[in-house]
Amino acid sequence: MILILNICKEKLHYFEFVKPIEEILKREGKKFFTRSYKEIREEDLERAGKIIICGTSLKDNEFIKNINKFSWIKKINKPILGICGGMQAIGKVFSGKLKKKTEIGFYYEDFKKEFLGLGGRQEVYHLHNYYVEFSELEFEIFCKNEIEQAVKHKEKEIYGVLFHPEVRQKGLISNFANIKL
Amino acid sequence: MEISLRIMKLGVLFSGGKDSVYSAYLAEKERYEVSCLISIISENKESFMFHTPNISLVEKQAEAIEIPVIIQRTKGEKEKELLDLERAIKKAVEKYKIEGIVTGAIESAYQASRVQRICNKLKIECFNPLWQKDAEEHWREIIEKRFKVIIVSVSAEGFGEDWLGKEIDIKNFEELKKLSRKYKFHLGFEGGEAETFVVDAPIFKKKIEIKKSRIEGERFIIEDIELREK
Repeated sequence: MILILNICKEKLHYFEFVKPIEEILKREGKKFFTRSYKEIREEDLERAGKIIICGTSLKDNEFIKNINKFSWIKKINKPILGICGGMQAIGKVFSGKLKKKTEIGFYYEDFKKEFLGLGGRQEVYHLHNYYVEFSELEFEIFCKNEIEQAVKHKEKEIYGVLFHPEVRQKGLISNFANIKL
Repeated sequence: MEISLRIMKLGVLFSGGKDSVYSAYLAEKERYEVSCLISIISENKESFMFHTPNISLVEKQAEAIEIPVIIQRTKGEKEKELLDLERAIKKAVEKYKIEGIVTGAIESAYQASRVQRICNKLKIECFNPLWQKDAEEHWREIIEKRFKVIIVSVSAEGFGEDWLGKEIDIKNFEELKKLSRKYKFHLGFEGGEAETFVVDAPIFKKKIEIKKSRIEGERFIIEDIELREK
């Protein structure tokens, strides 16, 4: 069972940032349930085999102000994929610094090595005003232009992507969903 | 659980077609206040940003929905047309105090990213509630929720003039699906294969009746319309 975590402040953003993820999982035949990051409970984390933390809008930084609600990321030992804002939440929990950089639209990113089935040059969709610096002691950086675009924790199955794979790289989400536990 | 009592005012980028009308419907359904519609009338029929609705038709739709519309003309010159869009959004912010924009963008990152940049610059929210939505699911919801959508232009092989002026319903939707599979055109018309005009929807307080029309090449030209009680 996959837990999809909605970090959007505005209800109307569910359709843009959460529903596309749900649809990818449906097409893969994967069971999931969706919760707001503010309403997540112990039993949700126990029930989930994997967790996807969705992104949110350019203007929405409420989840960063509530970063204490993501402290479970360090405590559990389950695969987690953070998308955009989700990646920023992971980075902040691991004491990364939040910094400003705006990227909106399609960009080419080069993957140093395969990351959840992605490799080489990829045209990805960006929608962010911030990013987090990840410690290379704890995280392997798979893709970086000036800033970290795709990271994985060196010991845990925690992945973060700054771009939105639900637009052009749906296979990344499918591959995460299919990770063998 | 926190309950927000503040209702965000929104402006909807409005072409009068199925996607912009449906996005306005979703915003209202989620209890946002659609304070105004924003319609960009482009002189450039080849514009990638805006399709070219007829001003008087858009005004009639706005009247049917009972929401004011800001009409902004643009020559449709690439990238310069974005300044006209920004101008229109700024007018909406000043006049209607909108705090966000809603678009009917589904797959066009070209359009969506340009609107996102403008909203980011103006520090207002941007909502794209149809983003990545499956075309078949979208049509089924449109039909189920009794949106009345007319085809007003066609430009795809296999999707010909016999469809002009037709309302897409549950019966001919199956035919549309078969044609889209056979001739490999986008079912949601994301490639510009057709344009639509909505004559009724849950957010319409009155419905639109087409009194006079003609077919000119690949276009269904609506010449005269009236609003009718529902």
